[in-house]
Amino acid sequence: MEHAVAHEGGASTKAYMVVFVSLAVLTVIEVLIPTQFDFPKMMQIIILVALALWKALLVALYYMHLRFEPRRLKWMVIAPLPLAVILVLAVLTEF
Amino acid sequence: MTTNAAVLDRGGMDATEVGMGVYNMKLGMWVFLLSEVMFFTSLIGSYIILRAAHPEMFAQPGEVLAVNLTAFNTFLLICSSVTMVLAFAAIERGDQAKLKMWLVFTALIGMGFLGVQVYEYIELSSHGFVPSVEGYEAAGAPLYGSTFYTMTGFHGFHVFVGVLALWYLVIQAFRGKYTANDHGAVEITGLYWHFVDLVWIILFTIVYLI
Repeated sequence: MEHAVAHEGGASTKAYMVVFVSLAVLTVIEVLIPTQFDFPKMMQIIILVALALWKALLVALYYMHLRFEPRRLKWMVIAPLPLAVILVLAVLTEF
Repeated sequence: MTTNAAVLDRGGMDATEVGMGVYNMKLGMWVFLLSEVMFFTSLIGSYIILRAAHPEMFAQPGEVLAVNLTAFNTFLLICSSVTMVLAFAAIERGDQAKLKMWLVFTALIGMGFLGVQVYEYIELSSHGFVPSVEGYEAAGAPLYGSTFYTMTGFHGFHVFVGVLALWYLVIQAFRGKYTANDHGAVEITGLYWHFVDLVWIILFTIVYLI
């Protein structure tokens, strides 16, 4: 791509490739954690969930262009996420 | 008004009012995807709760499910996300040849993902891992199979729908329907496709690695 920083504030092809490599590397790290390392289970879960959220964030911000969208749309997307967490945590405390 | 028109023009779609500052089809897709967030949250949430309540009914990573095979499938989906975004970048520049090429790649890789998943299902079920109340003896109980097939099945169905949408885009792209100023369909299909990838990132961790 000629212009490294793309038009209209969107991501560049270079950024897309950096995200791609990051996702691939993070996936390899994820697979190694339960198979090659002997972390305590809780620590393993925390690391794996953190890595997954990191990858999800990369996809949303760059591939779905959320980083470059109007602020109103960003808030609309963020709004249900706490509700999703509440949905799980509220029921999780039931047993 | 000029500013608003410029903002709204991003996907080349007409819009009658400013609203969120994006064209209506894109806003619609985002709202739909947010409803999907809640749908998959309920599935994943149920899984977490069932597993926390009955840990003995679930196997450890790699005991039943093939982590390496699925890691490869995860990689396939990541590849299809980058090809999708390259297709979008191509048509933003007005490059129809690259658009067609990357769309075909994306659709083919998506089919590859489904192929691996079907293979995985056949392998697992041939070893007795089925969504049955009889349960899977080696893993201990019925919950494991039921939750596994429900979550991965619904995700696979989403990929299937995405592949259909991608082939539709391919056909339209070969008809020269998309241009630098009119490619909203490519963008919103891309949003859906990346979301399906995003869900898989979470599912892969929750179902296969933890």
